[in-house]
Amino acid sequence: MMEPLIESFREAVLQAAASGQPLCLRGSGSKDFYGGAPQGAVLDLSPHRGIVHYEPKELVLTARAGTPLGEIERALHANRQMLPFEPPSFSPSATLGGCVASGLSGPRRAYQGAVRDFVLGVRMLDGRGDELRFGGQVMKNVAGYDVSRLMAGSLGTLGILLEVSLKVLPRPAEEASLGFEMDQATAIETMNRWAGQPLPLSATCYDEGRLTVRLSGAASAVEAARRRLGGEPVENGTAFWEALREQRLAFFAQGQPLWRVSLPPASAPLDLPGRQLIEWGGALRWLSGDIDGQALRGAVEQRGGQATLFRGGDESGDVFHPLSSALLEVQRRIKRAFDPHGIFNPGRMYRAF
Amino acid sequence: MAKQDLIAELGRFLPPASILTEDEDLKPYETDGLTAYRQTPMLVVIPETEEQVGQILKTCHRAGVPLVARGAGTGLSGGALPLADGVLMSMARFSRILHLDPLGRAARVQPGVRNLAISEAAAPHGLYYAPDPSSQIACTIGGNVAENSGGVHCLKYGLTVHNILKLCALTISGEAIEIGSEGLDSAGYDLLALLTGSEGMLAVFTEVTVKLLPKPERAQVVMAGFADIEHAGAAVGDLIAAGIVPAGLEIMDRLAIQAAEAFVHAGYPLDAEAILLCELDGTNEEVSEEIGRVREILTAGGAVSLRTAQDEAERLRLWAGRKAAFPAVGRISPDYYCMDGTIPRGKLPWVLNRIKEMSREYGLRVANVFHAGDGNLHPLILYDANAPGELERAEAFGGKILELCVRAGGAITGEHGVGVEKINQMCVQFNPKELALFHGVKEAWDGARLLNPGKAVPTVHRCAEFGAAHVHGGKTKFPDLPRF
Ligand SMILES: Cc1cc2nc3c(=O)[nH]c(=O)nc-3n(C[C@H](O)[C@H](O)[C@H](O)COP(=O)(O)OP(=O)(O)OC[C@H]3O[C@@H](n4cnc5c(N)ncnc54)[C@H](O)[C@@H]3O)c2cc1C
Repeated sequence: MMEPLIESFREAVLQAAASGQPLCLRGSGSKDFYGGAPQGAVLDLSPHRGIVHYEPKELVLTARAGTPLGEIERALHANRQMLPFEPPSFSPSATLGGCVASGLSGPRRAYQGAVRDFVLGVRMLDGRGDELRFGGQVMKNVAGYDVSRLMAGSLGTLGILLEVSLKVLPRPAEEASLGFEMDQATAIETMNRWAGQPLPLSATCYDEGRLTVRLSGAASAVEAARRRLGGEPVENGTAFWEALREQRLAFFAQGQPLWRVSLPPASAPLDLPGRQLIEWGGALRWLSGDIDGQALRGAVEQRGGQATLFRGGDESGDVFHPLSSALLEVQRRIKRAFDPHGIFNPGRMYRAF
Repeated sequence: MAKQDLIAELGRFLPPASILTEDEDLKPYETDGLTAYRQTPMLVVIPETEEQVGQILKTCHRAGVPLVARGAGTGLSGGALPLADGVLMSMARFSRILHLDPLGRAARVQPGVRNLAISEAAAPHGLYYAPDPSSQIACTIGGNVAENSGGVHCLKYGLTVHNILKLCALTISGEAIEIGSEGLDSAGYDLLALLTGSEGMLAVFTEVTVKLLPKPERAQVVMAGFADIEHAGAAVGDLIAAGIVPAGLEIMDRLAIQAAEAFVHAGYPLDAEAILLCELDGTNEEVSEEIGRVREILTAGGAVSLRTAQDEAERLRLWAGRKAAFPAVGRISPDYYCMDGTIPRGKLPWVLNRIKEMSREYGLRVANVFHAGDGNLHPLILYDANAPGELERAEAFGGKILELCVRAGGAITGEHGVGVEKINQMCVQFNPKELALFHGVKEAWDGARLLNPGKAVPTVHRCAEFGAAHVHGGKTKFPDLPRF
């Protein structure tokens, strides 16, 4: 028998399917800004909350999708564990479901992996109102297609996440942050060179002529790396990375459109107007300013990358990097397999679905 | 389409040497690593260029002929098993490393490149490709992606899905698509995750870009002997709860220890009921610090003997016993059947006990050698195919073990894939609606169901017919490869 809350979600799905009136799936709305404008009748998923199972020895946490991220992080913290992908929450009410659906990861991403790398299993409702489970609570599972990872970053367009199981990791025993003054090209080269050496790197950021790196691991390893790399110790490193993750640094407060550019990490500096902040060892470049999206996408594509209009700007066009027609067609068909009536978050990802 | 017409069609763009049609040429392709299943394909094609692959796919698509892609054929679930009325496409000639970027730490390779060849090419730069299936000297990266293969170092470094950045693939209609990016973000759905582990059923990979990692400064292994396997299993949880993520964490039980020691003289304690091998890697300082903690935890957890490898030679010797465990077991039994279930680590003692009980019920010995850190079991069921009824008993026992894994909250396969072998157990793992969604995903890529049809995802009808567990073992096909 279904739990009453899930039954009510299911009824909403069936009704939407029957009436053709789409649903806007919402955790807390903390990521409403991301992707195409939300459309449809809001289905509030936040009441479906609570940690279902957390066994620190298993390194696995299972929680209902409406659980506030903060609650999960507190439970992990109490056991000296963490979400290794350091998701941004952008609001104290951000939920686990929204975190997985948006697929956004934080500063540790380039060194530990993204949300999708830590999703082990999901329980969900598809567009027929059927309750389905994929993956599970084990580290390795290759039975059937990997639907649970597919849900990460799908922006609620494939189904309603009910429960998610995540792999978690021990919190590093020690962390230290170092700062270095250098130009952008040197910073990109340095971040990549260091990433190719056995150093306990866990985050990098280049902003305003300054490279900041974080070291995480056993106390002795962090100390040894600190001696080796030099630089100046960063006071209050924890607060710095938290501000980066939540986009509270001055760079993000310019009130200009914000572009998220993804590039092969060692790519040379982008010679484009606007200000830039670099993360992920060079793989993630934020551009702030009144930027010609088409020109940006052209330049970025040539280097094997892509650009997303992250905040502000003209969101009437493609917010996400346009797909080739072959890829768009496959994705449209996948969408239809999950959501045959097209009721979940239409247009949130691409206008075609 | 008649075979002759198909050959003529393919002959328009493939040289004669790339099309095999004679029985003796087809024979080497009739099975993969799961040799209990054999099937001669209608014909074999061995393309050399991506363009030829595209034309082969288009031809099969037009003609409605099914196609199975094949890497090195080391798969253990029958994924590359040919179809009698189908084309088998060998990707063996796609064996070039196209580009290696030491600074950006990525390698773009063709799908037929052997797993180990990537690490060898990266070694001069102090880099390597992390997933290390024990078949790594033979298996291809294309096969690794199709199976989402793992190795001993998965616990810390992840599976194939965590270590690839980008795929170029062709759909059944011959359309080229690029998925993922070296830049970590990828627009749209995460098709990289969907294609990894898709067992050749959604698209054919023509290029794989993998992530390269810096080689750790130091690796060291600790071996602990235990008086019973339950304590060994519990010690795994203790290590992890203490915040240690070992690079490798493996358990062998008494039967496996005895067999391995007799075979390679690794120096295992013969009086132990179980041993735990715990490898730590990282910076010099980190490893020194953690080795001390690991020794304390293992002692507190009831280890009766402890040994830390003092040098690289000793480390390799301790691993040699583990890596040779499968062939070692092969020396003490005429046949064995390797299972691949996964369970939550906390259930290790319970599941191992149940397997022991079932071993008595079925009257067949079991050797346990497994990736304890990931909860990935590889029980080896010992049997004699020449003794009447033993193969059937081994099969039934194996099926029960997989169902036990599902009951313990785990999965029927951790790294070997479903293929044809575990297709019935898929009915235990998934309900009809979930299976229907898998078919929907398949349809999104391959509406005509021509890519590796009949593998990995059972029809709902088949599940309805499936009563008892019915799985098959196989004699070893690659006896000289180390096995996990
Ligand atoms: C001795 C031994 C030890 C092993 N140890 C391990 C281990 O430790 N861990 C582990 O995970 N596995 C292990 N395996 C299993 C096996 O080696 C892996 O599954 C491996 O990834 C298969 O690679 P392959 O090139 O042989 O692929 P094949 O067996 O040829 O094919 C496997 C699947 O991949 C598909 N495929 C191959 N190439 C392509 C392509 N280019 N595009 C699309 N689909 C493709 C095939 O259709 C098939 O479904 C072991 C096997 C043996 C024999």
